[in-house]
Amino acid sequence: MKPTTIRSVIAASSAGTMIEWYDFYIFGMLAKTISTQFFPEGNATAALLSTLAIFAAGFIVRPFGALVFGRLGDLIGRKYTFLLTLVLMGGSTFLIGLVPGYKSIGIAAPLLVLLLRLIQGLALGGEYGGAATYVAEHSPAHKRGFYTSWIQTTATLGLFVALGVIMLVKLNMPDDAFNAEWGGWRYPFWISILLVIVSVYIRLKMSESPLFSKLKSEGKISANPLKESFRHKANFKMVLMALFGAVMGQGVVWYTGQFYAQSFLENSCKLEFEQSRTIMLWAIAFATPFFVFWGWLSDKIGRKWIMMTGMLLGVLLYRPVFSTLLQDTDIKKLVKGDAILVKTDTAYKTNSLIEIRNRYTTKNGASFTNLMLDTLGTSYTKVGGFKALSSVLSQDLTGTFIDKKVNTGTYWKFVALVFFLIFLVTMVYGPIAAFLVEMFPTKIRYTSMSLPYHIGNGVFGGLVPFIGLLLTTSFPSDPLVGLWYPIGIAALCLLIGAVYLRNKIDENVED
Amino acid sequence: MNSVKRALGFIWFILAPAVVYFLVDRAIVHIDPAGKKDINNPVIWVIIIGIFTPIAIGLMIFGWYAIKGEYDHLPESSSEL
Repeated sequence: MKPTTIRSVIAASSAGTMIEWYDFYIFGMLAKTISTQFFPEGNATAALLSTLAIFAAGFIVRPFGALVFGRLGDLIGRKYTFLLTLVLMGGSTFLIGLVPGYKSIGIAAPLLVLLLRLIQGLALGGEYGGAATYVAEHSPAHKRGFYTSWIQTTATLGLFVALGVIMLVKLNMPDDAFNAEWGGWRYPFWISILLVIVSVYIRLKMSESPLFSKLKSEGKISANPLKESFRHKANFKMVLMALFGAVMGQGVVWYTGQFYAQSFLENSCKLEFEQSRTIMLWAIAFATPFFVFWGWLSDKIGRKWIMMTGMLLGVLLYRPVFSTLLQDTDIKKLVKGDAILVKTDTAYKTNSLIEIRNRYTTKNGASFTNLMLDTLGTSYTKVGGFKALSSVLSQDLTGTFIDKKVNTGTYWKFVALVFFLIFLVTMVYGPIAAFLVEMFPTKIRYTSMSLPYHIGNGVFGGLVPFIGLLLTTSFPSDPLVGLWYPIGIAALCLLIGAVYLRNKIDENVED
Repeated sequence: MNSVKRALGFIWFILAPAVVYFLVDRAIVHIDPAGKKDINNPVIWVIIIGIFTPIAIGLMIFGWYAIKGEYDHLPESSSEL
């Protein structure tokens, strides 16, 4: 195949997949605002719909989408199937941006959003397998890892674009304008339709996968891909091995490096919005080329041990890395001497309750806000009278410390630490498309690889925050206890993968 | 290596029901209609246990295949699948 042709195959596939990830992420990133607009507190039905929108889309509908579109891809072809998923994803994302809020149309608003979110999950379940299969089936054996690794960059680039677009919109308007019913939070959803139109146009010009076309012309396509994938023992045992020996661990490493890290910076370290987002953006920008590097290297030395090494490093180093993030944002370490009170804002929450926000800067360039809720005339008087926080700290100050901003040195140290977490993601994720493609025959490849991929990423990866909360509630004394879930799953997968998988590169995927 | 694969199969076979038991046990402990956290929400537990149970069954089958030596030889080409 000509270099220009394979480049356009990769570009068309990657652009569409990246857009799908972008579409899926913006809902999660704007969940707080979406919740206010569509799922108001105090309404039991809205709360139920909110839960379903958040959990069912990832856990149930994604694997279901893998089955539905995987089957379709093995029956009618890769090209039209992943065109369909792109249109479904882009259309539902755009429509979410058009649904009036709960205040305007009542319960119809959360119902419509739930329906559209479920379509998003369904489409995402079908997209990845199609794109990975399509590129792999255009690639020569000695470059399959390298070419498919471009598809692997899309999940992270989708996150990068989603973070960037939301940050740009949010920083260019007041919070009230962003959070209003028809406010700025809708812009990222509307932008999606432009991206999708361009991507559909490009994909329409592409031809069908040559391997699938050959199979079809020979009349050898599967009559029942679901049955052949999961009811034929020889293939089903490979599906199980792919799930428990590779994708399960890859899913938790992927989720921990990209989403748990971001949530940890915001909710555990209490970093301010802009700094936590830019740390992620820098780390992603620096780490993304490594997807391609590991894909390329996997063509030389095999896929298995690159992925296993990524899991091993995660098992060994997650706790030290997250512990450093937590320690470096500890208020006592952040202050290191006197902190100067630069601003005090107060707001009456009720007639007798006042919210006090004292903004401090420290001598080493950090800053933070001390948030207190108190009855009138007690803490307010006390805190307002101090100029140096070091003396306040020694007096057992109540309240919480939020919107922390670390100094330049610590900022870049955090970029390096998050980079390392995403570097591990690139190790486990870069070679996995080629690895999965090589495990299954052409006629049931789309179906067979899509289901373990979406169970690994959607279910095992998606459970990281929930199990983390479960563990934190059960063992509150350890702030890092939530990490035992990804560590445990990665260790289990590492053991299964090391023992059961082999490191052979399949030269022939045409069978 | 094949004997290790088979021996480990027992662990996967036992681990699967243990995980489901753990989840059901934690659900009983944490479900609380008055609670406001995700882990107090029965709907989430139903979804998670509902989706995890077939996965656990898959792990049991994986263990069973391993015990029976199904993974002693991995297919060399698609003709073996």
